[in-house]
Amino acid sequence: MKKIAIATTCFLTVTAAAMAAPAFKPLSVELPPDVAVFPDGPNVAVVNRNCLACHSADMVLDQPLLPRATWVAEVTKMRNVYKAPVTDADAALIVDYLAATHSPP
Amino acid sequence: MSALSRRAVIVQTGSMLALAASPSLAAAPTPPEFAFPGGNGARPLAKDFPQKGTMMLQRSRPPLLETPFTDFDGEVFTPNEKFFVRWHWSVIPTEIDPATFRLKIHGAVEREVSLSLSDLQKLPQMEIAAVNQCSGNSRGFFEPRVPGAQWGNGGMGNARWTGVKLSDVLDRAGVKASAVQARFTGMDTPTVSEGATFQKSLAIAHARQPDVMIATAMNGKPLPLLNGYPIRLIVPGWYSTYWIKMLNDIELLDAPDDRYWMKTAYLIPDTPHADMKPGQTGLTMVPINRMVPRSFITSLAAGARVKAGASLRGMAMGGDCGVAKVEISADGASWHAAKLGKDEGPYSFRIWTAQIPAGAPGPAALLVRCTNTKGEVQPDTPNWNASGFMRNVIERLPVTVV
Repeated sequence: MKKIAIATTCFLTVTAAAMAAPAFKPLSVELPPDVAVFPDGPNVAVVNRNCLACHSADMVLDQPLLPRATWVAEVTKMRNVYKAPVTDADAALIVDYLAATHSPP
Repeated sequence: MSALSRRAVIVQTGSMLALAASPSLAAAPTPPEFAFPGGNGARPLAKDFPQKGTMMLQRSRPPLLETPFTDFDGEVFTPNEKFFVRWHWSVIPTEIDPATFRLKIHGAVEREVSLSLSDLQKLPQMEIAAVNQCSGNSRGFFEPRVPGAQWGNGGMGNARWTGVKLSDVLDRAGVKASAVQARFTGMDTPTVSEGATFQKSLAIAHARQPDVMIATAMNGKPLPLLNGYPIRLIVPGWYSTYWIKMLNDIELLDAPDDRYWMKTAYLIPDTPHADMKPGQTGLTMVPINRMVPRSFITSLAAGARVKAGASLRGMAMGGDCGVAKVEISADGASWHAAKLGKDEGPYSFRIWTAQIPAGAPGPAALLVRCTNTKGEVQPDTPNWNASGFMRNVIERLPVTVV
């Protein structure tokens, strides 16, 4: 592995001194609620019903304006890789929403 | 899917726009805004994520929180409550019982073992300062823009990690000679059960390097849950994707990992600076690996009115080795050496100070560039790849010289 050989040439400063081990305590946290939905647009109910099952709306809304072909690829990735249970019909409606609301003019 | 039905109810009753609806935004002041090409760089501030201070909210679920850039100024170590957060799947355990937590080591091993946290604490302890940086840090500045987490420059942080050598842990199980990689898995799970569990693998020779470790503490304190409590993998000099959080499973593999997160995701073109042209095909793609040098001005914001000779401050990182030098320029032609602060080790941020170079009054750009101890210097043109990885162009801060 070439990359590893490169890494070994760096000088390491690893301190092996006895360090106080932290005390592990039971931990329970609460993540903030996520209630946001997608802004109005064509097929927004389909978008909300499908997309919000796995992630918040801001994951999409914070993206740059992307061409329709890129949105097709993203929706396909959600279905094929992340196994989102989105039907063919809904996938087409979701792409229409994204192309209408979040694509370059 | 219960999540589906819960969402459906919210959709039926909710009418608020997404940008105004989250409780975490209710009390936010004027949102900060990244100067991304093409815009859409405004992000709300979130204050209600557990064990976290005020962060820039990139995504509520799964959490994606960015360190506000002003928090890096003068701080070689990023406080735990300000450290960036990034998860791939939304099913993240929110309760950890240290008494029952176990790290399992299995696969191509002499004996399968399950180690408790106290087992780990009995091993020799080590400490290392290392930058943890998302592969896609600064992705929002790519042009043309690419999909993915639209980070500004705050998808990174530097901490002092305390824990044990990974090789000591592997030795407890005894790695068989047939093993070629170790695959690491945390406690987060796919939202949809058929989805690909987030897992990353390292070559055995790399996993055995003395600086690769399992952290039980971060800046002398337990890790925040969202940064991987109780333990996470630390791979100094390599991008954060390998630093598996809530690490609870190590599998020794007899053949290279061919699952999604190694074979398909987090790949870069095998070219200088992982650079390619939009639409370019026929490239050899390889898993992202070592980091590259970067440097930033932290004491000034874009648009600042500055005087030549005034003091300037920032930080730099060498990537997978130390910082050799940091230089400042006001014209892109003449470069002036900055003074380097305390050396916390080759994988750490390094604070630097300098004086603003003399220049004619009016609009100008302050440039900062780092050269690492291997002689690698930041490029003066930005790299581009379809995933938005490995940005390390020389930063230019627009200012007005008065």
